[in-house]
Amino acid sequence: MSDTHTGALNHQFDSLEQQYAAANMGMWAFIIQEILFFGGLFGAYTVYRNEYHDAFVAGSHHLDIGLGTFNTVVLIGSSLTMALAVRCAQQGRKEGIFRWIIGTMILGAIFLGVKVIEYTEKYHHHLIPGPGFIWDGPDPGPMKIFYSLYFCMTGMHALHMVIGIGIMLWLLPKVRRGIYTNDYYTPIENFGLYWHFVDIVWIFLFPLLYLIGGRHH
Amino acid sequence: MSQHHIVPLSVYFRVFALLMLMTVATVGVAYVDLGWGNTPVALAIALFKASIVILFFMHVRYNTPLMWLYAAAGFFWLLILLVLTMQDYYTRGWEGAPVEFLKANPTPF
Repeated sequence: MSDTHTGALNHQFDSLEQQYAAANMGMWAFIIQEILFFGGLFGAYTVYRNEYHDAFVAGSHHLDIGLGTFNTVVLIGSSLTMALAVRCAQQGRKEGIFRWIIGTMILGAIFLGVKVIEYTEKYHHHLIPGPGFIWDGPDPGPMKIFYSLYFCMTGMHALHMVIGIGIMLWLLPKVRRGIYTNDYYTPIENFGLYWHFVDIVWIFLFPLLYLIGGRHH
Repeated sequence: MSQHHIVPLSVYFRVFALLMLMTVATVGVAYVDLGWGNTPVALAIALFKASIVILFFMHVRYNTPLMWLYAAAGFFWLLILLVLTMQDYYTRGWEGAPVEFLKANPTPF
């Protein structure tokens, strides 16, 4: 898609509406494969959590529930700001799109910053799976599996957020130039779908990693 | 294109408030001992949160029936992935496979 493309009807479509619907559906096809991509990780998690339940509960209680909750609030907040950016795009309000995308980026960066704090803390406690892994409690082997899944799942999620922030950096100058109008805002809408998807992954990761077996022990 | 449904601001703020409420609820309920019930409750809340994000933030609620079907198909395929994988693991006794290995090698990696 070139920069001069401003939503003019491409010849393979009957109408702008059909062109928009096709792009929307293509984005959903991408999101569906993303669901299955993360689905494999959630499947591995389910198998090992059932097998090593006690180790997973102990590992979960080792994660910082305060930081996890804070990040959940931040990420859901970034979904709201993204939804507001798309709404401004529907109304052709260029300044609004710009402002809300900046807001989404700031919240995304806060989330990643907290993730860095959490990862650093795990590093200092020798909980990175590998030769330096130290766990004094029972089940060091299964604990290593828990932390492998923790870093794999949250790391893959964080990678999606880094990519998302990169895409927003790419969108911003185009918003500034006024490429997106209420007649053509497909990239904003489709990026919004991506960002909300990343939010949904976290909505499941948070209880499954931080709240295993409750916190009442 | 301009005929696209523009969702009132109040809907977005209400959905956000509900998501915040559900976040507080899921953390709160984790401190209550429900026995085996903690996980189903946490998952039910997560499913509810995901549903309202999909319906309102992702605009599926205002989209065509074809999009409803399309989005639902994604989750149906996820169900196939998880259910068929688990029926293999829990009927073949595979899930215990690494236990002996881990006992022999407490820190195998």
